[in-house]
Amino acid sequence: MRPAVCFIKADSSETGSDMSDSVKFRFDVDGSNFTTAGQASVQVKKNLRELGIPAEAIRRVSIAMYEGEINMVIHAHGGVAEVEVFEDKIVIVLSDTGPGIPNIELAMKEGYSTAPDNIRSLGFGAGMGLPNMKRYTDGMKIDTELGKGTTITMVVNF
Amino acid sequence: MKISDIKTLLDAEVVCGEENLGHDVYSACGSDMMSDVLAYVKDQAVLLTGLVNSQVIRTAEMMDMVCIVFVRSKKPTPEMIELAKESGLVLMNTEKRMYEACGLLYKSGLVGNGVRHE
Ligand SMILES: Nc1ncnc2c1ncn2[C@@H]1O[C@H](COP(=O)(O)OP(=O)(O)OP(=O)(O)O)[C@@H](O)[C@H]1O
Ligand SMILES: [Mg+2]
Repeated sequence: MRPAVCFIKADSSETGSDMSDSVKFRFDVDGSNFTTAGQASVQVKKNLRELGIPAEAIRRVSIAMYEGEINMVIHAHGGVAEVEVFEDKIVIVLSDTGPGIPNIELAMKEGYSTAPDNIRSLGFGAGMGLPNMKRYTDGMKIDTELGKGTTITMVVNF
Repeated sequence: MKISDIKTLLDAEVVCGEENLGHDVYSACGSDMMSDVLAYVKDQAVLLTGLVNSQVIRTAEMMDMVCIVFVRSKKPTPEMIELAKESGLVLMNTEKRMYEACGLLYKSGLVGNGVRHE
């Protein structure tokens, strides 16, 4: 199954930004299927290459977004991923309607994970994702509400 | 060394990406935890793993790796092969176990360099 992909040429009124234009990608992330997790990140990597974004920025976006996308699938039953490309930065917004994160400080600690054993046998659940997302991006913000969901916004400058 | 040298050293069978066997590679890493690969690996072009699922392919792709070696004769699924082909990744499998496979490559000059530099 392919993620819903749409290319939106956003104008300033839509983005609320004073940039003249930006390119925006939006994906639905299926939370019921571990096998397809990461499809959006793979597609974003391809799109950014086509846009001629510098390789190092693409790699940082790829890793941070992939970690976040996997988190949406294993911890939060999926959600929506949006990536907006500006002249000098890329903004990634990952929103889910999962359980929320009770203690952000704890969740940001390397090695802290609530992932069950079956996730570990699939190669994830070391508690490295969130700290890695922070390390690879120039800005990261976590908005979360218990029982409502989590929105993570990350910025990569180039 | 070239990816084709890895094939020879590990007596491995190439599953896909035959056309990229001529690529030069300088370092590798071995892990079954994709979390650790994403967090600790830097600039390694080759991943040795005993884990078989689509996330192995996507992890390698996100990390700009060029070759994945499945140890202990693990075979990638058709879906994984399809994903790998889309991004030009070389997939191969060897009968050797992780420790031996890594050792053979390391001894022949394919270094680790896997420490994260803060
Ligand atoms: N979108 C989310 N919704 C709810 N909880 C989350 C979300 N993302 C992360 N968490 C919580 O934060 C913890 C730490 O996340 P992190 O990504 O660092 O580690 P992990 O996903 O458990 O393991 P790894 O990323 O190494 O595979 C998770 O175990 C989970 O409890
Ligand atoms: Mg994670």
